[in-house]
Amino acid sequence: MIEPTDNNPQRSELVLNMGPHHPSTHGVLRFVVYTDGEIMRRAQPDIGYLHRGIEKIAENKTYPGYMPFTDRINYLEAMFCNQAYAIAIEKILGITPPERAEFLRVIACELNRIASHQVTLGCIAMDLGAFTPFVYLLREREKINDMMEALCGNRLTHNYMRIGGVSADLDDTWLGNLEGFLDHFELILEEFTSLIVYNEILVKRLADVAVICAADAVGYGLVGPNLRASGVNWDCRRDLGYSVYPQLEFDVPLGRGERGTVGDCFERFVVRVEEMKQSCRILRQCLRKLPDGEIQAKVPKMIKAPKAEVYSCVEGARGELGVYVVADGTTKPYRVKWRTGSFSAMSIVEAISRGLMIADLVAVIATLDVIAPETDR
Amino acid sequence: MERHAEPIRSLVETARLNMNPDQLHKRLQEGLGIEIEWSEGPVDPFYLIPSDFWVKAGLFVRDATDLSFEFLRSLCGVDYPDEKSILVVAHLFSYQHKMPLVLKTKIDRDQPKIESLASVWPAACWHERETYDLLGVVFTGNPDLRRILLPEDWVGHPLRKDYQPPNQYHGIPTTRPVVDCDGEQL
Repeated sequence: MIEPTDNNPQRSELVLNMGPHHPSTHGVLRFVVYTDGEIMRRAQPDIGYLHRGIEKIAENKTYPGYMPFTDRINYLEAMFCNQAYAIAIEKILGITPPERAEFLRVIACELNRIASHQVTLGCIAMDLGAFTPFVYLLREREKINDMMEALCGNRLTHNYMRIGGVSADLDDTWLGNLEGFLDHFELILEEFTSLIVYNEILVKRLADVAVICAADAVGYGLVGPNLRASGVNWDCRRDLGYSVYPQLEFDVPLGRGERGTVGDCFERFVVRVEEMKQSCRILRQCLRKLPDGEIQAKVPKMIKAPKAEVYSCVEGARGELGVYVVADGTTKPYRVKWRTGSFSAMSIVEAISRGLMIADLVAVIATLDVIAPETDR
Repeated sequence: MERHAEPIRSLVETARLNMNPDQLHKRLQEGLGIEIEWSEGPVDPFYLIPSDFWVKAGLFVRDATDLSFEFLRSLCGVDYPDEKSILVVAHLFSYQHKMPLVLKTKIDRDQPKIESLASVWPAACWHERETYDLLGVVFTGNPDLRRILLPEDWVGHPLRKDYQPPNQYHGIPTTRPVVDCDGEQL
């Protein structure tokens, strides 16, 4: 469809549909792209294709009964959704999980973070036309999925955490497997770095593209790796110190403008590679420090939350993953609202798309790490 | 390049003014020049802003240097049919002072209208669209107030407590028949 913007036929705007099913849109989402030749005037995201009403479902479920639904918010970071929800209810009830359970949660979450970044980094390369890195990383992710299956019986939608603890303990064999995986994966990361990270073509496609300055990143509510790529030094794990993260040592990688500008697509790519290294470091410390003991605190069979409201958040693979729970004194939540990183990342696309090439839009949505089920919930 | 990124801001090292909820309440009253109702918990404290002061309060907490709530975490609405009101809830966070803030405002359930915060935090635009979509709150001054998650021709606002889901949408049934393991309808 051609819509001339003025009487001059040389300067007309072409409206293009990208998606809902397009090889490089992540999940089912759609962009309405207003272009002038190869240059975009703007790209308007259209979301909601995967809306399942997860917030409405909560109103009809008991507090523990809602846990499996939180997995479905984001199939790539189910552990974090579990954890955010569990922490929220624990805050309302005033329960503290045993220390071993907290460590098990951290182990599960950091493995989940690595798995999630593997998909993201692979997809970035694949969207830009390099298929090989994606296959390499998915092969490694398969090993994490196997470990998750051994841990809790599920490969993607884990439903591992419980209010006040976790559902299953792990044994020495599993810990040995984890150590073996870390030894193996740290070498794979080096291989990945030499294979693709500083590849000339990749750098040219990503560096200096769609720069987001720190003020915009904060204003639009970007979180996690996207925020840190813009140079804002913030990580919920370190700065809010929930769970057992204060006992663990790790660095928070920031965008440094290595090949272009701080806040460009390349920084968003590289920050995630660095984060995987830090996750490996955290996991090794957890292996050393994992205490013995209980994995589940005492929780009443029928959870009746007192009248209260809470916002709890964790540092997910896509940044701050928050949940706002209003409890009204019954066995079911009165209102649940999820705040996800992809939703805010998606809202900045229209603002930064002006003047980009159409092919760069693919790089933008890939490096912002937008996951459709998370935006739509 | 039109846009230039700012130098790395070292947020962790900056001096922090960590206010307790009571101090925060005094500061809000002093800054806006009005009485503000508030609740200390049980878990998260919140401040109830009169709806006329909604945007003014937003600008104040964003710009006052001892507050600088520059990050809008989330904005949503909660329906209370018994009180005939909807509470709009904004969750804010200050990276600089490392403290959260919850602002609420009460609006009429039958005429749910409130000024938009999109001019204060760009992030508010999409959160307000979601609140409009799911609860029917109209945000005046929002640049793009359309449904966001549901189709444009959807009837009703599902997160309202009295919402009745339709039986079908464009001829597509919204429920499935309940069958037993042999496929026989129960």
